[in-house]
Amino acid sequence: MIEVRDLKRSFGPQPILNGVSFDIAKGEALVIIGRSGGGKSVLLKHIIGLLQPDSGQVVIDGEDITRMNERELIRVRRKFGMVFQGAALFDSMNVAENVAFAFRRQPQFTAKEIAHKVAEALDMVELPNVEQKRPSELSGGMRKRVGLARAIIYQPAIVLYDEPTTGLDPIVSDSIDHLIRRVTERLKVTTVVVTHDMRSARRVGDRIALLHNKKIYVTGPPEDIFASTDPVVRQFIDGVADP
Amino acid sequence: MTAAGKKFLSDWLGGLGRFGLLVHESVASLFTFKVAGRDLLHQMHFIGVKSQSVVLITGAFTGMVLAAQTYFQFHKINMDTATLALVGVSMCSELGPVLTGLMVAGRVGAAIAAELGTMRVTEQIDALRTLATHPVDYLVVPRLLAALLVMPILTVEAIAVGIGAGYIVGVFLLGIDPAYSWYNLLRYTTVADMSIGIIKGVVFGGIVASIGCYKGMNCQEGAEGVGHAATEAVVFASITILISNFFLTLMLGKLLHGT
Repeated sequence: MIEVRDLKRSFGPQPILNGVSFDIAKGEALVIIGRSGGGKSVLLKHIIGLLQPDSGQVVIDGEDITRMNERELIRVRRKFGMVFQGAALFDSMNVAENVAFAFRRQPQFTAKEIAHKVAEALDMVELPNVEQKRPSELSGGMRKRVGLARAIIYQPAIVLYDEPTTGLDPIVSDSIDHLIRRVTERLKVTTVVVTHDMRSARRVGDRIALLHNKKIYVTGPPEDIFASTDPVVRQFIDGVADP
Repeated sequence: MTAAGKKFLSDWLGGLGRFGLLVHESVASLFTFKVAGRDLLHQMHFIGVKSQSVVLITGAFTGMVLAAQTYFQFHKINMDTATLALVGVSMCSELGPVLTGLMVAGRVGAAIAAELGTMRVTEQIDALRTLATHPVDYLVVPRLLAALLVMPILTVEAIAVGIGAGYIVGVFLLGIDPAYSWYNLLRYTTVADMSIGIIKGVVFGGIVASIGCYKGMNCQEGAEGVGHAATEAVVFASITILISNFFLTLMLGKLLHGT
């Protein structure tokens, strides 16, 4: 479903991704782990076409999106939902307007139908009766849930999560992980999660990929990754700083 | 050329190219994309209705000062009754549109740049894109269209209030004959002068909105970046208004006055 081929990207003289390649199958949950500032979010933004690579390909359902312009990408992005690290809720709108944004200017849905879909999506993320609240009135965990409701309301085929548990306490992080798992299984979506939270990676992923030195260093099921004796993998899992 | 000079030139040309692309994309979208009426009305309210006080006060006091200064000079050569004619022509073709443009650039240009800049640094513009919405369609076009529609109205208001205020100062405070004042005002202030003011209003509206949007959508990270974007939007829009005003005056003068 998603194929990333030899992706290279630099910002100025600084290379961020240098030949990243991997595939994600339909319905799979892939977690990309790696150090902060290692290019995980940059990689995620390439998958949805928010950034364009210097070279390499991102193929979504057989279409190379790396050379598409912004208007062509609109069609491809309808397959995606994305949850941002800071939720990126529209602060000029209330929760209901944020979640219903994808249905803006879609006359085939009545206001009542849209309100019903919003309530359903908010129920799915366990946030009932917050429709009229402003984003500024919500806690960090609630904002991420609203961001997730906004991303799944139109039932996309692929959902991307950028650091979904960063900045949250362990209990809220756990509930977000369960939510991601539930969305993946119930809606049968392909999931890509970028995180450096190893507990979260273990709970959410069918497969884990480690981004190291600007490349995918290793991929495998969570149990294999956590049992690995490779020093690079171990250092990341055990959280040991460089000597 | 030094490395710093090359970088400056490269940044400047890059910025000009990005601005050109944004304007091209906006104009193309303006003719093909159906702007949501609610978004357009919201922007018209923000740019037009909320700028009323600043535009009216600017127009009124400019007209009053212009009338007083003109009277002081014209009185020396016994041309008192030509005072309002000069106020009328000046307000219509120059002061009305330029001062309205500068005041709206200060109030609206900065606000647009700050709002869009904040949306950029908090990833709200990226979120729009992931929700299959083109940022130009949703953010730029309603603001640009609203500015193009309301700026000529604001300009006409400033002109009318300026001439009215100039009349009050000239006739009631300085004692100029009202009948001759009206006669000369209507004789020398032509439809062409008014048309020049309205056309300039439309152009200046486009300048304020497009530069505000460009600066906001290309702002650097952080609070400092948003602050810079707002400041630059006002400075660039003001300078562009003043420079373009000279060329518009020459071009429209030739075209409408036939001189």
